[in-house]
Amino acid sequence: MSKNNIPKVSATLSLKDIAGALKVRLGIGRMNYMVEPGLYAIGNPDGSSPVLVSANYKLTFDILRKNLTDFSCWLLILDTKGVNVWCAAGKGTFGTDELVNRVEITCLSDIVYHKRLILPQLGSVGVNAHEAARLTGFSITYGPIRAKDIKAYIANSYTATKEMRLVEFNFMERLVLTPMELVPVLKASFPIMGIIFLTNQFAKRPFVKGDIAAYFGAVFSGAFITPLLLPYIPGRAFAWKGWLTGLFTTFAILCKSKGFTKGSRLMSFGQILFFPALSSFIAMNFTGSTTYTSPSGVKEEMKRALPIIFSFGALGAIIILCSHIFGKGRR
Amino acid sequence: MTKHKYLEDVTTLTLNTDKCVGCGLCEIVCPHGVFEMAKGKAYLADKNSCIECGACALNCPAKALNVNPGVG
Ligand code: SF4
Ligand code: SF4
Repeated sequence: MSKNNIPKVSATLSLKDIAGALKVRLGIGRMNYMVEPGLYAIGNPDGSSPVLVSANYKLTFDILRKNLTDFSCWLLILDTKGVNVWCAAGKGTFGTDELVNRVEITCLSDIVYHKRLILPQLGSVGVNAHEAARLTGFSITYGPIRAKDIKAYIANSYTATKEMRLVEFNFMERLVLTPMELVPVLKASFPIMGIIFLTNQFAKRPFVKGDIAAYFGAVFSGAFITPLLLPYIPGRAFAWKGWLTGLFTTFAILCKSKGFTKGSRLMSFGQILFFPALSSFIAMNFTGSTTYTSPSGVKEEMKRALPIIFSFGALGAIIILCSHIFGKGRR
Repeated sequence: MTKHKYLEDVTTLTLNTDKCVGCGLCEIVCPHGVFEMAKGKAYLADKNSCIECGACALNCPAKALNVNPGVG
């Protein structure tokens, strides 16, 4: 490839890029949001300009170039099948082989005369720096995690501060993940609503609005409130955090809807067993989406929590159903 | 920033100090600040924060690190 036919990209995002990002976040047409792998030019790079390596997920690409205004460099985009750096590195698509391969295909050593590749730090999950250096002839330098720090990192003679090296999991990051927690549970709620509707046809004491509110309260508690308030809820295990939040939510909703005063004691007991357990189960699902849970930790948590959640949940469900079907119909 | 804390004493990460050549790469790649360097060797400064991503073990030139990287 000669220097003249390397595509040049702008550091400013167009309206179309921004709309595209919004669609991806909302889960509309998530697949195939990728850019062509290969070499790109930002600004007016020459043979001495830095080479930044990244993934071909369009959002990653856009965030990267947005942070490179008034800057000249090369972007070496690996074929990660449209997946972001960290996930792709975990799968191995952002890996040593693809890096070596892409350096060769783009004839990078004919384009720059220095011998340094800057990789995002999280790429290290898939790339073996020594192996890649041996095979490409380029030295591998791990830059900061976030694109917004790249310019500072380079200006600071390729050194990152400690903050630049640590992943976060702040409120906004948790917030954008909640739709992916909520939507599947809401979908799974249709059959449950069906069961409630059918039961109401013959139950002595039909389900009322308060019961439905308690159910969706538990869903909301596990899929939304727990992820958002995560670091502020006491304890460590997600199942515990979800249970605690679910207990508060259930109490609040049942008191408000007079579920306690009108129902039998036994039924209230069933509700207190069932709803927090549901919230706990849903919250535990979030362990798969965070940036700070280890697989061994999740396994340990499931081993300890699942038997309790299932016993509470099953017992609670049986009590609730029986009190509705055979109850005295005091409402 | 509030530091998130997950379960303690569960990670499969091990460091063989005898093998460590003190290159410091593990400290650079770890996204949770598990390593720090002292006297030319790496040590586990915050082992409980390890998420078993496998970056340190993959990049350690001396094979001094071991971890069971999880799928996910
Ligand atoms: S990467 Fe390996 S050799 Fe280098 S400091 Fe860490 S443990 Fe030691
Ligand atoms: S496995 Fe990942 S999180 Fe754990 S110490 Fe190594 S680099 Fe850090």
